[in-house]
Amino acid sequence: MTALESANQIKVQFGDIISEPAEFRGEISLKLADADKLVEVCNFAKKTLGFDFLVDITSVDNYGEDPRWTVVYHLRSLVHNVELRLKTDVSEEKSALPSVLSVWRTANWHEREIYDMMGIRCVGHPDLRRILMWEGYPYHPLRKDFPLAGKPTDLPGVAFTRVTPMEGGPFVTLPTKEDSIAREPRVRVPEDAEPGVSDKRLVKK
Amino acid sequence: MPMQSEYAYDSKIEGDVIVTRVDAALNWFRANSVWPMPMGLACCAIELMAVGASRFDISRFGSEVMRFSPRQSDCMIVAGTVTYKMAACVKRIYDQMSEPKWVIAMGACASTGGMYRSYATLQGVDNIIPVDVYVSGCPPRPEAVLDALMKLQGKIKKEPVLQDLVALKPLLGQNQ
Amino acid sequence: MAQVQDIEIRDSATRAAQVAEELQDVQGEKMVLNMGPSHPATHGVLRIVLELDGELITKADPDVGYLHRGDEKIAENMTYTQFIPYTDRLDYLAPLANNVAYALAVEKLLGIHDKLPPRCQYIRVMCCELARISAHLLGLGAFAMDAGAITVFLLTFTEREKIYNLAEAASGARLTTSYTRIGGLARDIPPTWCAQVRQFLQEFAVTLAETETLLTRNRIWVDRLRDVGVVSKAMAIDYGLSGPNLRGSGVEYDLRKAQPYLCYSDLQFDIPVGSVGDSYDRYLVRMEEMRQSMRILSQCLEKIPGGEVNASKEPVNIPDGKITLPSKLKVLSSMEELIHQFMLVTEGVNCPPGEIYFGHENPKGELGFYINSHGGGTPYRLKIRAPSFVNLSILGELLPGCMISDVPVVLGSFDFVMGESDR
Repeated sequence: MTALESANQIKVQFGDIISEPAEFRGEISLKLADADKLVEVCNFAKKTLGFDFLVDITSVDNYGEDPRWTVVYHLRSLVHNVELRLKTDVSEEKSALPSVLSVWRTANWHEREIYDMMGIRCVGHPDLRRILMWEGYPYHPLRKDFPLAGKPTDLPGVAFTRVTPMEGGPFVTLPTKEDSIAREPRVRVPEDAEPGVSDKRLVKK
Repeated sequence: MPMQSEYAYDSKIEGDVIVTRVDAALNWFRANSVWPMPMGLACCAIELMAVGASRFDISRFGSEVMRFSPRQSDCMIVAGTVTYKMAACVKRIYDQMSEPKWVIAMGACASTGGMYRSYATLQGVDNIIPVDVYVSGCPPRPEAVLDALMKLQGKIKKEPVLQDLVALKPLLGQNQ
Repeated sequence: MAQVQDIEIRDSATRAAQVAEELQDVQGEKMVLNMGPSHPATHGVLRIVLELDGELITKADPDVGYLHRGDEKIAENMTYTQFIPYTDRLDYLAPLANNVAYALAVEKLLGIHDKLPPRCQYIRVMCCELARISAHLLGLGAFAMDAGAITVFLLTFTEREKIYNLAEAASGARLTTSYTRIGGLARDIPPTWCAQVRQFLQEFAVTLAETETLLTRNRIWVDRLRDVGVVSKAMAIDYGLSGPNLRGSGVEYDLRKAQPYLCYSDLQFDIPVGSVGDSYDRYLVRMEEMRQSMRILSQCLEKIPGGEVNASKEPVNIPDGKITLPSKLKVLSSMEELIHQFMLVTEGVNCPPGEIYFGHENPKGELGFYINSHGGGTPYRLKIRAPSFVNLSILGELLPGCMISDVPVVLGSFDFVMGESDR
């Protein structure tokens, strides 16, 4: 059974809420339109098609688009040696989707990490707390509107954070549509820098 | 004669008796038996283990054992990235170490945060504890760690131990 | 003069009643023990909160994140090549393997992961297998040291120093090599490298046999490891274990055989699989994997295209100026190469929009990279599927029921690294 066959079987079973299988670099992706049917689809994939191994759950922040979040599930069948990608969109107002912990127990820590890093809650998870940052950290770091340098916080007795001095970095080309002079990696002054703090020799963006 | 002279010893004159300053003797004892407390956090911990293994052998410098208990160690070697989550633990363990104590910040991450300029990394362990020797490198070669240990030993040998002891101040003629 | 002391001897009934009364207060109280982030046996900064009933563990809650450095967010701000040093520091026991995994992931996104020059593939396989031996050696050494067998630690570290010498000859650094580049390697191996590997294999075979005689049939070792931390086949698959942990539980799945990459399909090697799923099985699987890695290495030495000294000047990089940096002579004299150099350094390798997942058989398990690209030289989202992160989640279910002295054994047999678990 190939990945395309199993994708087609899922499409036949669930109909319109599953998109047409997309193929890129030999991998098949399916998009699930209705996140509430997620557990049903996953149960079908595991029990009927044999996708017994959940490789990874990832969240992507489509900043500026609606729906804002895309959660990506990588399924694998050890028996048939087949991989499949299942994606589903979550809107920002909702920021929640059902937990697949009942299907694969490895989803436990993956879903905790999604909550910690992106802020997407998995409904039905028994113990949804932060895993990489500490309990009480107020932000979700992997969101696109959270700066790499971080924001200052203080939880006395537990942990504190400060803004990291980026010194104009990271020195990477900006992915804008302007010409190459503007895109080049240069020392940049952040927009909200205090006047007088930055070096006058620095070239402004 | 320079103030930091350690001892002048001629076996024909003194025999089995060495006459020296108490400072010099105390510093010599302390410098030659610095027991490290490895705060091994990340990749530098692997190089620290390599320093303790047989090729680079830290025990020939007096650091016979790596004591994981802060009460039994002299020098905390912070080896690896200190994150904000870990910072409280590092500080607490440093506070539990008994005097005299020193700190070696091993590697770029412990010295300044290294290449991890992000929201989660403490930009240098000297934000929370006083550091005596910084070792650069990512990770530093074991020879660099041994060099840092030798520099620390040189620093220890120059410490004015007795002059800081409050109880002896009247004896030394310094009034409270 | 001896002192006279009055002793009251009560009858057995009152004594029994008194003892029962004392025990009443002690029974039923569970102790919460914090196996803190700074601990010699936790192999890095892992915190486990254990609830103990005497010596028996009733609850275990692993707390990770003490080494979370923000790699994934950093990746969104770096070009693909600039991120290579960060991959070294994921599984810092086997940095060569992480480099190869990441390079293959980006090359899959570009569509060139099966078009690499054959010499590059063989060198990458040799680097992966050397990294595998190195990581298993350290895992074994630290594991044995935690269980009390300290000699093994020194033996394995001496062998690791030889691998460090090899890594330093190839890439310039002992530990954090950053050896691969997108489309090939940073540089070709020096002419004497293969001879050094051959000599290493001869010496390593002797040391491995010595370590086996010290541990494998050692009564104390077997007693400590046998039937400790048993993971059944279904539990291993359900919890997403990978690598030697999955194979120790009886699942015959190795990415090098299941989804062959590089030149693994041309090489002959076996996959060791355990039967019981306890710590002893995982230890045996790792020992046998080291022997199979030695087998792969000797085959690579025979088959490497261009021979050991590369007399025929086989390339190690894809000859595409849009992916690999051109040679400096051309850059300084020709316009096209100058532009390629400029674009590659400032903007990075221009990858097409799309998303891929690539899983690589790392010594610790399956290291996977999910790259979501919107085009350009920096990824839009890079997710690192760390084997140690997934392996650690099983502790909450595995440790209850064990004695507290089994904890270092279980932790050591799972062989995880916090650098890749927390990223």
